[in-house]
Amino acid sequence: MSTTTTEELSATTLLRFATAGSVDDGKSTLVGRLLHDSKSVLADQLEAVERASASRGQDGPDLALLTDGLRAEREQGITIDVAYRYFATPRRRFILADTPGHVQYTRNMVTGASTAELTVVLVDARNGVVEQTRRHAAIAALLRVPHVVLAVNKMDLVDYEESVFAAIAEEFTAYAIELGVPEVTAIPISALAGDNVVEPSAVMDWYGGPTVLEHLETVPVSHDLAHCHARLPVQYVIRPQTAEHPDYRGYAGQIAAGTFRVGERVTVLPSGRTTTIAGIDLLGEPVDVAWTTQSVTVLLADDIDVSRGDLIVPATDAPPTTQDVEATVCHVADQPLTVGHRVLLKHGTRTVKAIVKDIPSRLTLNDLSLHPHPGQLVANDIGRVKIRTAEPLPVDSYADSRRTGSFILIDPSDGTTLTAGMVGESFAAPEPVKDETEDDGWDF
Amino acid sequence: MTAAVKLEGGTDSPYALSHLDALESEAVHIFREVAGEFERPVILFSGGKDSIVMLHLALKAFAPATVPFSLLHVDTGHNFPEVLEYRDRTVEKYGLRLHVASVQDYIDRGVLKERADGTRNPLQTLPLTEKIQSEKFDAVFGGGRRDEEKARAKERVFSLRDEFSQWDPRRQRPELWNLYNGRHAPGEHVRVFPLSNWTELDVWQYIDREGIELPQIYFAHEREVFRRAGMWLTAGEWGGPKDDETVEKRKVRYRTVGDMSCTGAVDSVAVTLDQVIAEIAASRLTERGATRADDKLSEAAMEDRKREGYF
Repeated sequence: MSTTTTEELSATTLLRFATAGSVDDGKSTLVGRLLHDSKSVLADQLEAVERASASRGQDGPDLALLTDGLRAEREQGITIDVAYRYFATPRRRFILADTPGHVQYTRNMVTGASTAELTVVLVDARNGVVEQTRRHAAIAALLRVPHVVLAVNKMDLVDYEESVFAAIAEEFTAYAIELGVPEVTAIPISALAGDNVVEPSAVMDWYGGPTVLEHLETVPVSHDLAHCHARLPVQYVIRPQTAEHPDYRGYAGQIAAGTFRVGERVTVLPSGRTTTIAGIDLLGEPVDVAWTTQSVTVLLADDIDVSRGDLIVPATDAPPTTQDVEATVCHVADQPLTVGHRVLLKHGTRTVKAIVKDIPSRLTLNDLSLHPHPGQLVANDIGRVKIRTAEPLPVDSYADSRRTGSFILIDPSDGTTLTAGMVGESFAAPEPVKDETEDDGWDF
Repeated sequence: MTAAVKLEGGTDSPYALSHLDALESEAVHIFREVAGEFERPVILFSGGKDSIVMLHLALKAFAPATVPFSLLHVDTGHNFPEVLEYRDRTVEKYGLRLHVASVQDYIDRGVLKERADGTRNPLQTLPLTEKIQSEKFDAVFGGGRRDEEKARAKERVFSLRDEFSQWDPRRQRPELWNLYNGRHAPGEHVRVFPLSNWTELDVWQYIDREGIELPQIYFAHEREVFRRAGMWLTAGEWGGPKDDETVEKRKVRYRTVGDMSCTGAVDSVAVTLDQVIAEIAASRLTERGATRADDKLSEAAMEDRKREGYF
């Protein structure tokens, strides 16, 4: 084992990833092993887990207790919420959104996947690709998670047989690619025995790829920004109005996508006024160029009206503004979403009134079957909705921009977050698997 | 981690942010969202390292303008003098407004009673809640981190509290992408945690990178301490040591700063930031596990206190 120096620790990037799966798949064991073998579980945490396990009459430490933080979760032995875990290796810092895998927790998986650059989908080698696996693949595809890892677990229980792994990997990869998942990495593991999680397996010498941790450490964390539409939602206008800065007027925000340069012609939406970027302030440091996900303050050459909720975009690459938004949504609240529901829609830094005009269909993720005109969506439902907004919004397709193609719906009466929305088509390469209920028009 | 160290770099694009830049940008985004959506935000400022980092991020987020928030200190009356001095100097330096909610006042008025163990951390909740109500604060920034404790691992960045400041873990709003929902009814407020995704090590590395000044108690120094519940507590007027506890002089530093009665020091020789970071990277104990008696009360001690309105 190497010692970790300060210098090594400071030269790392950050990877946000999500795991979806159930206790049966060995998810807790996998997560526990990643944390444990990367020396991220400290002695007092392990002691606390051992104490708690012993008091429940369990033989060994139950690593699920590390992540199940709430009293109700520990009492019921289930994960009911997204748990965030943090660990680091000399190469990277990791934020793990650990989500429960059953269908009644779809909203938690969607939440975890919304910020993830990578999703680990777990499969039991004895069972292969099952309904739950297909649902997890569909969520990753729906949320446009750039990288998917298929961890074929419990290889020790199928005699580490290469053909078992190859068949599962082939079936899953074909399915995921069909849904538009851009990249699948399949890894044969035994979380229990430790094969290919952190250390390479001594038994599966037929496998030449990376371990799970090696892959997490090396997968690229940002995309080809040159082809992204640059977007800066304005959060706040900074006006010091002091003797030192009498005329400073800066537009503060976190760049949602792409890059911005000093001297670039930009348009402010929804007004459509055009000007030039006079300066970019990167938290106290003037820079010539800035990119996602930096928080910046932009100075504009002309004195035009810009306020919170506006979107700054390149003059040559402005999205259309619309009051009619069509999207795929995941309903996350206990109260249902119905046609005619009056809601608030938060997109970027702008919140507007909106009304649900139509719910054309509900989607079952297990088999991608469609149920037309369900009338309402309840918790964990995925569906298509048509929304009319009170003001025009500059929306991108979610396929083009996860940040400016997403929105949430809020109940104006009690502030509940109702629904998570993704603008545009659901999947990158839609291929109807089966559709028993409707033949006229596949609108996913 | 032998396998990991062998891997050569080169897979990250030049546009990938370092982990500190990514965390900083996220925290600044959170501060600006609150400034844009709330009427009366306030930063909980204890003079501990997490609140010092929060203030530093807020200063950067709104520069060259001033921070559009005031500060609130819940004063247990058992403060480290070095920390109070740091607090007052900071307020002065940046021209900020400081509110103080005093636990001692509540004890003097007979509203709160001193606990048998002398610990005042659990007594902070009422003065905090009443100050939030009387000042009509609608957003309260806390320095809590999800890596600190397992109940905190489930906390949202925007955490809705009712008029009694209570937290209901089963009624939390899902947080998707970076779209925070700050809607609240009159009388309710939102606790906001900009450092949610930071670890103890990130905080120290950031302090190092930014050259942030800290109270001296964070570095190794000679101190008169005594042993209680496996921790080194500072001898002082607050109620320690008891008859069977012996005071000795040791070289220690603090990893967290809270009420003197329940915040333990750790043996340390680290007098510089680099040395502190090296000690933390090598530590086999979590920050709160090593130094906080208040979390050891029960398996769900933090969850119970958070439900009642604690930070």
